[in-house]
Amino acid sequence: MASFFVKVFITYRKGILDPQGVAVEKAAHQLGFTSVKNVRVGKYVTMEIEAETEEEVKREIEEMAKRFLVNPVIEEYSYEIERAEG
Amino acid sequence: MKFGIPVYPGSNCDRDVGWVIEKVLGHEAVYLWHKERDLKGVDCVIIPGGFSYGDYLRAGAMAKLSPITEEICEFAERGGLVMGICNGFQILLEAGLLPGAMLPNKTLSFICKFVYLKIENTDTPFTNLYKRGEVVRIPIAHAEGNYTCPEETLKEIEENGQVVLRYCSPEGVVSEEFNPNGSLNNIAGICNKRGNVFGLMPHPERASESILGSTDGLKMFRSIVEGVVKA
Repeated sequence: MASFFVKVFITYRKGILDPQGVAVEKAAHQLGFTSVKNVRVGKYVTMEIEAETEEEVKREIEEMAKRFLVNPVIEEYSYEIERAEG
Repeated sequence: MKFGIPVYPGSNCDRDVGWVIEKVLGHEAVYLWHKERDLKGVDCVIIPGGFSYGDYLRAGAMAKLSPITEEICEFAERGGLVMGICNGFQILLEAGLLPGAMLPNKTLSFICKFVYLKIENTDTPFTNLYKRGEVVRIPIAHAEGNYTCPEETLKEIEENGQVVLRYCSPEGVVSEEFNPNGSLNNIAGICNKRGNVFGLMPHPERASESILGSTDGLKMFRSIVEGVVKA
């Protein structure tokens, strides 16, 4: 068994209006960051998974995403896997 | 008749719904703890509002995994009557019993106020005592009621008459001006294709006694009774 560090990034799908992103963008503009555009606010989830292989970790993440972690009607996700040393 | 009211950690309108069922309507209400699997032979399930599991991850995302929710899904598949109010609606969406999803209100604020709603479909077990096009006054209280769904789903639910309630003016004008949260097509409540599952953001249990300022919501509960007793 090895330990894997996992980072999951969840954001609203393209075309879905993100009210938080809009508010953050407006605030940025108000503060003078006028070149900022397309702000999207998402979720960042970290976890550790014990598994034999990276393939197994991928399966776990994708199954979790499907079952509850992500709502595919409004969200999309990506992830990064890093094998823990030792 | 017998109503079942599931109670999740964070539900906070369960007793209000129970009050209306028992004290106002004179029917039986049983509370169903989220860890239970027994629906206790109820004729209708009403999932109450609140903040199940503190709205962690997404509103309703945790509650859909509760044992009682699995039973409610099976009950609905067998044709059982299920109504979800506010967080209950969010749970029904997350559980896939109704199409679509909720986004944060376009105002990004929690909105708690009376709104006007147009009854668009009276051919459901939850609205059969209203008149089509009738305007009712019922309060909302939510931060995430900005209903959305893919374009093809929207077309489908509109064509099937699954849009049951829309936000409108006191005169019944449906426009962006009277849309409190940004929901698609001013949608405030929808049902499934079969018509036995209904979700709505407004709280009819908070508009079922004149002391609360409106009794317009009571007909929703009465409609359920009417349908079940007649059948």
